[in-house]
Amino acid sequence: MDNLDLSVIIDNLPFLWQGLQISLSLTALAVVGGIALGTFLALMRLSGFGPLSWVAAGYVNLIRSVPLILVIFWFYFMVPLALGRPIGSFYSALIAFVMFEAAYYSEIIRAGIQSVRKGQVHAGKAIGLSYWQIQRYVVLPQAFRNMIPILVTQAIVLFQDTSLVFVVSLRDFMTASSIVARTEGRLAEMYLFAALVYFTICFAGSIFVRRLQRAKTA
Amino acid sequence: MNYNWNWGVLFEEQYLDWLISGVGWTFAVALSAWVIALIVGIMIGVGRTLPTKPIAHICAAYVELFRNVPLLVQLFLWYFVMPEVVSDDLGRWMKRDMPNPEFVTAVIGLGLYTASRVAEQVRAGINAVGGGLVSAAYAGGLSTAQTYRFVLLPIAFRLIVPPLTSEFLTIFKNSSLALTIGLLELTAQSQQIAEYTFQGFEAYTAATVIYVVIALGATLISHILEKHTRIPGYVGKG
Repeated sequence: MDNLDLSVIIDNLPFLWQGLQISLSLTALAVVGGIALGTFLALMRLSGFGPLSWVAAGYVNLIRSVPLILVIFWFYFMVPLALGRPIGSFYSALIAFVMFEAAYYSEIIRAGIQSVRKGQVHAGKAIGLSYWQIQRYVVLPQAFRNMIPILVTQAIVLFQDTSLVFVVSLRDFMTASSIVARTEGRLAEMYLFAALVYFTICFAGSIFVRRLQRAKTA
Repeated sequence: MNYNWNWGVLFEEQYLDWLISGVGWTFAVALSAWVIALIVGIMIGVGRTLPTKPIAHICAAYVELFRNVPLLVQLFLWYFVMPEVVSDDLGRWMKRDMPNPEFVTAVIGLGLYTASRVAEQVRAGINAVGGGLVSAAYAGGLSTAQTYRFVLLPIAFRLIVPPLTSEFLTIFKNSSLALTIGLLELTAQSQQIAEYTFQGFEAYTAATVIYVVIALGATLISHILEKHTRIPGYVGKG
């Protein structure tokens, strides 16, 4: 421990930075896709139409009972098979994350939609808005405003989860750190550095969430 | 979609054995880690609510540290880095002679990580009990220790049963990360079967079904537990 060699980190910074860019873009795209699909699932679940809400509930409960790694394996195996051609590990991973996170986001969004008072929906109906107009102009804007801190928290969790693409060797920040660690024989330096980078980003994120919450209650 | 179905592969002796052993390791890791998570989590969670500032700060730092580093990185730190950081003798023992190093590391890593999540629930539970009862306890002449022992903890523990059962389910799912340090638990075994037989669909379906059954079992237990531990008429913040 007394001979930590920090030069290994500096020498490999460009490679690690590439990895971090993969992690960040995977996170950003999965958040957008997850919220979009999650909103759709939440609306299906609250639609009041039996089959639609059962399908959504079944999907959400299924995804929430299996580990993310298994979901990643599933999509690595399924996506090329279903499309008949390989689409590269980044897109397979992205699809896996969108499908996985949508289940978690849909539960958050469902709670958010339910937090909007019923009177708002009635008022929308009374002035002649259609179902989609009520969702689009009345319910969802208010719901999302209430949900922002939880959505950001979930994005931080998602960023940490992207490290799991390690199991399929997609070169995100985690995989890049581990490649450097093993080729240079510097495990302690690299994994401590990885921990520090993840901690800094996620801790900054959680402080941001706390500020959002304070702004909301103020 | 070109795919040769062969569900029989799951019942061939070798692969069935792999699955069963995978389930065994998943349970072993999840349950052992849960013991650590509960013990450490309760201590840290209680510590965060104590009036003694230094203890509260240390416990808050624990939670922030373990929550903001991915579990995968934590497992690698315990597995690859810990033996280098401790004294030479201990490090050598950890690398060469420690029995079941993957299992022990997974249990410690997963346990201490989940402890930070349990601690947050414990803290929320204690805070939900409300100031009125605490003031009443102090006015009645109870010490801080007695207030926790007779007022705060008995109520808080019953309030946090629902979120804790959801953490209990999460620890089963997170035990799959043990495969990254070479422990052949359920997910790893299903992936291994997929690789050996090219029957990925069957192999992953088997693992998925088993995880769903575990989730259903945990949900059933949690319903029973919640019914027995619910405090009738209690709304909190009284």
